[in-house]
Amino acid sequence: MKNKMKNLTNANLLLMITIVVFFVMYIGAMVFLGEGFLKAQTFFNILNANASLIIVACGMSLVMITGGIDISVGGVVALVSMCCAVYLDGVEGGLFGSLQGGVGGAVVIAIIIGLAYGVVQGLLVAYLEIQPFIVSLAGMFFARGMTTIVNTEPFNVKNEAFQAAKSTRVIIPAMGSVNRKGIYVDAYVEIGVIIALLVVVVMFCMLRWSKLGRAFYAVGGNAQSALMLGINVKKTRFLSHLLCSLLAGIGGFVYFLHVGSGSASHASGMEMNAIASAIIGGTMLTGGVGNIIGTFFGVLSLTLIQNIVSSIGLDQAWWTGITVAAMLCLFLVIQSVVVARKKG
Amino acid sequence: MKAKFNFKDLMRSQIFIPVVALLLLLVFNLIMDPSFFKITLGHNSAGDPVLSGYLITILDMGSELAILAIGMTLVTAASGGQDISVGATVAITGSVLLRILCGGNSRPEEYAAPLIVAFLVSVIAGMLCGAFNGVLVSIFKIQPMIATLILYTAGRSIAAWVNNNELPVISEPSFGYFGGFIPGICIPTPFIIALVCIIIIALVMKFTTLGLFTQAVGINPNSSRLNGLNPVFVKFLSFVILGVCVAVVGLIKVSRISTINYSVVAKDIEMDAILAVALGGNALSGGKFNMAASIVGAYVIQCLTTTLYKFQVQADALPAYKAVVVIVLVVSSAPTVKDWFAKTMKKVKANKEVG
Repeated sequence: MKNKMKNLTNANLLLMITIVVFFVMYIGAMVFLGEGFLKAQTFFNILNANASLIIVACGMSLVMITGGIDISVGGVVALVSMCCAVYLDGVEGGLFGSLQGGVGGAVVIAIIIGLAYGVVQGLLVAYLEIQPFIVSLAGMFFARGMTTIVNTEPFNVKNEAFQAAKSTRVIIPAMGSVNRKGIYVDAYVEIGVIIALLVVVVMFCMLRWSKLGRAFYAVGGNAQSALMLGINVKKTRFLSHLLCSLLAGIGGFVYFLHVGSGSASHASGMEMNAIASAIIGGTMLTGGVGNIIGTFFGVLSLTLIQNIVSSIGLDQAWWTGITVAAMLCLFLVIQSVVVARKKG
Repeated sequence: MKAKFNFKDLMRSQIFIPVVALLLLLVFNLIMDPSFFKITLGHNSAGDPVLSGYLITILDMGSELAILAIGMTLVTAASGGQDISVGATVAITGSVLLRILCGGNSRPEEYAAPLIVAFLVSVIAGMLCGAFNGVLVSIFKIQPMIATLILYTAGRSIAAWVNNNELPVISEPSFGYFGGFIPGICIPTPFIIALVCIIIIALVMKFTTLGLFTQAVGINPNSSRLNGLNPVFVKFLSFVILGVCVAVVGLIKVSRISTINYSVVAKDIEMDAILAVALGGNALSGGKFNMAASIVGAYVIQCLTTTLYKFQVQADALPAYKAVVVIVLVVSSAPTVKDWFAKTMKKVKANKEVG
């Protein structure tokens, strides 16, 4: 057992801490709060509401592992949901006049916006060597501004095909519960959750086993030695930003699918939530350390604590902010202690 | 003292880019509409003489950013990271200020405590916030951006909690002086406050070793430690100084409207402050810094904002245009682009000589 503990690397230890904390919190909530948390659907609702955050946080982890940062993701999510909304409903007076189309077109729009963002930001960061923070800061400004230019007023989408897609539910067998009237209700997740889980699995495999994934870690750990090993550092950085923005685009569509409207104030602060989730999951901003599974649990822990706080009855807005910050603080200190201990 | 005017040296100096950007903006305004430069001496509703005009607006509104840029430059230089919590901590200090002034009563007839006491308490609050960030960064060695993410998330909530989520309004007219005009003086007070801050920091830079120590720690903390400096303390100090700047900004922000809106006050100002530092040509990874360039950078941003407002750009759409200007600025000042430009210029020259 002692040997095993020694073999745990920093990254794995941080990952373990995150997962343990999540389960402790969830079991604690089950025991002390009972009721809602005993139903499986509560867990699935957390997933439903945060599928987009999971996708965006995965992209954020990729960039952070490579040693960069991308704070434009929240803006991209808002821009994508506004463009999709305008495209699906054809608002008069919007930038696109009266376009109207199907859900497939909206997906294409989301991916195009994501890719365009990724190419521009990737080029600026990797090949012109401008600090990623500044590039993505400008990216965030641009996305937020463009969202307003596309359409000023927030509005709901009434497109039928879209509504059908939005209300599609994937039933999960044997996890349902009996409601107050004694009727059995199936547990369900939305399509977004399926997409999010798919993204998590693909990204995890990519980081673990593919050449590109290992290059991300190498560049983030030490760009100089990665260069010596024959890794194309610039290309790797470019690809990390491209993937992050692409995932932000997809995340934007999933977000849109969940809320069903476009608004300039959508997803405000999402970039910070994504960064916080990645950190709680054990990714380090200095690069080279991180894990997608950790990020996944980071998102879950972050949103679980928000749910717990509001169900305890501390629903005044400030408690959520303060508890999330306290949790972040705790994890940061743990990380720093772990790193210091290993060094010493 | 070199008598010869050397354009190349000038171009290489750090302050060149923000000054050129400022000049470009002004020239653009001159061409589009010369009335941009009109300054009129009018009277405000209280009958006091005030200056008004776009230029005055820039000086007035840009002062908060300039004050924050001072602290942000030090933090950036010493720690190699940025403080993204300034907007939230402005809300905290402003809230503390109002809480002391009102003493729990949300519509007081007069101050519950002298203004100077309230201001000093809010400065202490600002310094505490700075100290919190500073401890996380210097002792726990957490990256500044991540460490300050904590207060960024919690700050506005704490600000609301300080005042029990009430919005105290101060009716005392003298409270508005700090965000408006002092009777008899026609220059906006925020600009005077900013000027005082700039003079203080200039004196500190000149007569103490703060600047040198900050640069040394920013360039290499380990070697500066071996040279007898205390990098932990220098980093900590830079965050505390930023905390003081934040408290001053909090006073101006609250005074402007005589009340506070926790979720809106100083929103996104952290991004603008970091931008000011970047526009000033300071490396965001720490090390050498130029305070004057950052301050000019702050006014460039405000100048851009005012220009855009003048052309009837919607407040929400403003960031999009700002982003384009920022990208153009950072791309043109990127070392890779500069090298490429120099090479092309050489080629053109060589071709000319051959031809």
